[in-house]
Formats: sequence, C-alpha cells, structure tokens
Amino acid sequence: MSSADIYREVVLDYYRNPRNFGKLEHFDISSHDTNPLCGDEVDIQIKVGNGKTIEEIMFSGRGCAISQASASMLTELAKGKELEWVKQLSKQDILGMLGNPELGPSRIKCALLGMKALKTGVYGYLGATYDGQDGTEGSR
Amino acid sequence: MLKTEPIDLEAIRRDFPILKREVNGKRLVYLDNAATTQKPRQVIEALVDYYSRYNSNVHRSVHRLGEEATEAYEGAREKAARFVGASPKGLVFTRGTTESTNLVRFSWGEKFVKKGDTLVTTLMEHHSNIVPWQLLAKRKEANLRFVSLTPEGTLDIASLEEVLRDSPALVAVTHCSNVLGTINDVAKVCSMARKVGAATVVDGAQAVPHFPVDFAAIGCDFYAFSGHKMLGPTGIGALVSRKELLEEIDPFHGGGEMIKEVFLDHSTWNDVPYKFEAGTVNIADAIGLGAAVDYLTHVGMDKVREHEMALLRYTLESLTGVKGFKHYGPREPENKGGVLSFNLGDVHPHDLATILDEEGIAIRSGHHCAQPLMRWLDVSATSRASFHVYNGQDDVDALKAGLEKAGRIFRL
Repeated sequence: MSSADIYREVVLDYYRNPRNFGKLEHFDISSHDTNPLCGDEVDIQIKVGNGKTIEEIMFSGRGCAISQASASMLTELAKGKELEWVKQLSKQDILGMLGNPELGPSRIKCALLGMKALKTGVYGYLGATYDGQDGTEGSR
Repeated sequence: MLKTEPIDLEAIRRDFPILKREVNGKRLVYLDNAATTQKPRQVIEALVDYYSRYNSNVHRSVHRLGEEATEAYEGAREKAARFVGASPKGLVFTRGTTESTNLVRFSWGEKFVKKGDTLVTTLMEHHSNIVPWQLLAKRKEANLRFVSLTPEGTLDIASLEEVLRDSPALVAVTHCSNVLGTINDVAKVCSMARKVGAATVVDGAQAVPHFPVDFAAIGCDFYAFSGHKMLGPTGIGALVSRKELLEEIDPFHGGGEMIKEVFLDHSTWNDVPYKFEAGTVNIADAIGLGAAVDYLTHVGMDKVREHEMALLRYTLESLTGVKGFKHYGPREPENKGGVLSFNLGDVHPHDLATILDEEGIAIRSGHHCAQPLMRWLDVSATSRASFHVYNGQDDVDALKAGLEKAGRIFRL
C-alpha cells in the first residue's frame, strides 16, 4: 500500500468538497473533538427524528485530508440510521469506508476522529458514556 | 560565499550510525533536526564508556570510580560553558530548555515578580518560553504582554519599544525561532530591556546547535539550551547565568546535593551551580553532552553555520519553483537558522509528512509547539524541514522530489 492508495481520488474529493459540511440551525446533539497531536478538529451536529433516528447530520472542522474526508463520509453513512446503529460502528467500518488504507498508529487517530466525535455525542444523548473501547482510543 | 573550508560531509556522515538505516527501503533523509538531532558514535561511545567503565555517583563518593565520574561530569560542565562563552560556575545542568525556563520561573520569578508587574515574551516563541511566564503571571497577578512581528517574521522593534514603556520585570525572547528560523538580535533586545530594568531570558535551543553563541556578548541574565538538539543525548541541557545572579535567586528543587547544612527547621544552600542540581544528577547524559560539544568544536561552529547557510540558500532556490510551495519567515540565510517552514498548496502538513515518510524522508508537521505563532501566520499547521551538519544537497533533492510526488498525488 502506497500513499497514492491512501489518498485515493475519492478521499481527495471528500477533502476538497466535503459533503454535509456546515452547521445545523436546530440540533439535538452537538459534539466536538480534536486530535492534539496534529490539531485536527471535528464538530458534529445531529437533529434526531422520533427520538431515535439521525434525521439530519452536519460536520465542520479543519485538519488533514484523512480526518476531514473520513468525517464527511461518515455523515453520509450515518444519515437516516438509528442512533443505536452508532453503537455498532467500528474502527474496521471506518477504515473500510476509506478503502482500507495502511495507516500508522498516529494517522489512524486522524481517520477515527469523526467516529469518536459521533459516538461521544450519540452515547451522551442516549444517556450512556462512550468509553472509547472500540479502537478509537488507546495506543497511538 | 564560503569563508572557511567546507566540511567533509562524507566523513561526518560516517560518524552517524543511524544514517546507514533505511526507511521504507529508501535511504534515511533526516530533516527533523529542530525537533532532535541524530547522535555521532563519539557521543554514543561516551555513554557506553561511562556505564561500562566508571559508572558511579558524583561529588560524594571518594573511591576511584566516583573520582573519575566527578571529573568527567565537571569536565562536561566546563566544555559546555566554554562552548557558549560562559563560566562553569554559571552553568546549571537541567533536563533541557523547558526545565531551564521553569527554573527561572520559580527561582527568580517567585522572588522578584510582584503583583501588577509586566512580563514580556514574543509571538514567535516555543511554548517553553510562553507557558512558564503565563503560569508565573497568573500566580503573581502580573500581566503578560507579547512583542508582535513584522510581516517578514522578524521581531517588531516598535512593538518591543512599546511594551518596554511598561518597565517590565522580565523580557523573554528566543535567539532563533524553531518555526521561522528567524535569528533575533538578542544582544540588542537585552540591551533595550536592561535600560528599563528588566531581567532577560534567552531561549537558545535552536541557536547553540547551529551557530557560535557568546553568552557574555549577548548580555542576558539567563540563557537556556538543550543537549539533544546539538548531537547530544536527551534529558540534558543547561541554564546559563552569572554566578552572582545564581547566588541571589532561590533554589529550585530541594533535596540532596543542593544543600550545605540541613537542620530540623532550616537548611543552607550549596555553592552555585550545585544549589540548583538537587538529587543524583544526569551524569551519563552530561558526559554525552560534553562529547557532543567536543564533536561540534572539532568540526567548528563557523563551519556548521556556513554549511547550513549554503544548504538553506540551495533549498530556497530549489523549492521555490515547486508548484504550491509557500515559505514562511525570512528568506535571507544570513538572518535565518537552518529551519524552513512551508506549506504545499492545500496539502495538510500531516498528509505531506505521510507521503514523504514513504520516501524515507523525515520532516516535522504540525504546530511545532508554537500555537500563538501559527495563529499569527493564520495557518493550523506547517511542514518544517530543518538541517544539521550531516545534511547535504542530496537530502534537499530528495525533499524536492518528495514534494513533487505529493503535488501529483494531490493533483495540485
């Protein structure tokens, strides 16, 4: 796997033309996370439908192509899903979405930043605490 | 134009075992020297020699090994002091620049800073020359003010004059920016600060490794530097001051070795610099730093500087044509240390570092522990290539090819 594979055309497209980028006027969930290592930032906002589905979702932030493309793709994937679905979401899902790039431990954190923000927000809304036990935390 | 004979690059490279290493099947091109430099075998051997031949505590043991270790440790202090134009009695070994500035914060700051005082630092500082003063200002209810920069990334002298009208208690400034490479005229800054009665602290972390430094000529009160950025080991550095000033300020850490006599209700302090070296000191790494000083002295700091200036000139000429290349800071090698910060189009520095790593090229990407400066530059991060004496034009050529590859991948 080379960097040309990591930065596939689709990843660059999401980096430069992020889908669902911006802020929601009305939202029920708002979550912010940063990667202090490189300063990547992601904000996620969600409008919840019927108390259980992700009716609308937007993200904003700045950082590397991997963190921003990953967060953008994740919003597309999450839209319309049930909040419970977020609990099943795994590191492998995110890496799969990005085309399974071979990333070092520090860059994996970039890829997972959006998922971490999403999980933190949704778990909080559901009255649970996200403990990061699915690969978004831990060794870097 | 070289004033001295050029260095023997191939001979120097043979002294650095790590340069034989390959990364991702490519020759290691190490351009992250502002973060930490590689170590010559002479430094590595000094560490091995200490641990395998005369490992012992210093100052207190009267047996043979203790005598040898003390002689080597104090010899290293003499070498390091001479290297920066200071007196050995005025050189305190610390863990590095950060511990040195924090020593000033506690030992000088607790004693002399009063409520309502002004402390001054600049927008181009590393966090190690900002955060200690923030903490001190908060504790003492003092004000912290920042000297701003010119568009070229040099200190704005008008802004300095303005903050000096507050008659600050302290002026802290870097000798050489770890991001922009700007070399500040610290002798002039210290002279201006002294006229209004301010104490002065100079961060020499990016200066001492790269060009000749003369503490006495600068005329500052405190000068800090790190060993690991000048071919020495990690965990060792120094705070340089005048003996009389070190006598006047309070101890930093309390414990063994820093005392003369201990009673139940009070203690008296050891002579300087030992008053500031509590506990068992970092003997091995101090000796390693001494070996690094020997190495740099043998090469000649004038030659190190000439070599890096020539390399900077070559790099700026070579990279300016690369599509999307944007450089930050002064462009004239005469005013710039061997540090080059840049961005490439909209490629985030971390993405760039990942692509370069694949080519065996190590650069730094991020905020470089200088977030106020990043905000001033209006960027979230930069890429940074930084040199030392073992870097050559072939490293710059590799960097250029790497940047062009990144440009292709990102379709700039």
